[in-house]
Amino acid sequence: MKILKQMHNIKLIISSFMMLALVMSCTNTDDDDIIIIDNEPDFSGTYAQEDQMGRPAVNTVFVSSSSKDMFNVTIPSEQNAAFQTMFQTNLEGLSPAYANPGDENALGLDSAAFTGLLATDVLNVSLDGTTTFYDGTNVLTGRALADDVITVELLLIFGGEDFSENPGLSNDNVDANDKPFLTSFPYLASPW
Amino acid sequence: MKNNKTIFGIALLAIVGSVMIAADHIDAPAVQGGTSDITDFYAFQGTNADNMVFVANVQGLLSPSTTAEAMFDENVLVEFNIDNTGDNVEDLVIQAIARDGKMYFFGPTVPSATGLNSTIETNATVSEVDITSYGDSEFVTTNEGMRFFAGPRDDPFFMDFAQYSAIIGGTATSFNNPGSDTFAGTNVMSIVVEVPKAMIGTSGTINTWVESKTKQ
Repeated sequence: MKILKQMHNIKLIISSFMMLALVMSCTNTDDDDIIIIDNEPDFSGTYAQEDQMGRPAVNTVFVSSSSKDMFNVTIPSEQNAAFQTMFQTNLEGLSPAYANPGDENALGLDSAAFTGLLATDVLNVSLDGTTTFYDGTNVLTGRALADDVITVELLLIFGGEDFSENPGLSNDNVDANDKPFLTSFPYLASPW
Repeated sequence: MKNNKTIFGIALLAIVGSVMIAADHIDAPAVQGGTSDITDFYAFQGTNADNMVFVANVQGLLSPSTTAEAMFDENVLVEFNIDNTGDNVEDLVIQAIARDGKMYFFGPTVPSATGLNSTIETNATVSEVDITSYGDSEFVTTNEGMRFFAGPRDDPFFMDFAQYSAIIGGTATSFNNPGSDTFAGTNVMSIVVEVPKAMIGTSGTINTWVESKTKQ
């Protein structure tokens, strides 16, 4: 009986220690420990690409309907070889002036050069200062929430060498968001 | 509200007619209207100029009445890709995926493989934030100098999509002035990450893009 009681005491001590360990890990604020207690989420498996995006509206405007899914699963380093010709054809279809020899947009890019830039659908971002799609001075140094990217793209497609051509097509006259952005994280406005 | 409905009707007609444009909303048949449809990608310097902010939005054109039910799909991995060597191949990734009401973030880290197929980089720095519910004030967490948010937000994109569609469709010859923001009053599901620039490069220009990837 005495031995049994001692055994029981040992069990109690061991289970007390286990309880203590559990309580300690529960109150430990380290994220990894919390994940273990919560049953670690399953992050296994392979994830295959469905959609991708660098600059705004590129797939929608420059890729032909039958190729839109393919564009989304072509890695950026291979997009120029696969799509630049299609981009140029579609640009000249949208804005026929580009088909004229020597015709350029306000960035000084002709049809081949402009579509050569756009076909690799990545967003260029400066680590050194102003980040904007276009602010009148800086070009393609990022994309800020308030940037009027559609008007910039319309100007580059339809606006000619000095943004003066096709005024009815080169500005959608929606210049700002419908809610003010926040000045601090998370920057985007609360939902409607 | 009546005006909104009219706009939605026009937008839907435009979608059916396949003459649509948006930042990347409903851009391709395989993804449009689904949980992996990326609507927008932003990258800009933070309020703290030592930081860079990345925003990925998915599931566009959520009306206020449908936003409360909108959820991140646990089978969709959202991956921010960063090329800091100029070859348009990702050198670093930041991965985001939802599990049980939280958004988990991995990285920035060198991916174990580049390209179309990814595994979740569980050996990288792991961060998490509770996904903010519709109507609640936002949950934000910080870890190792980074900040994280996930949840519904106003769609920051603005454009007269309906009039563009009319022009492309041949029923109009120019934009209206003033135009009408087709995305006014609509929401998206947002993932926002702010990271110290020192984690992603030194100086000069990086190339960035966002991908959605579904579990096989």
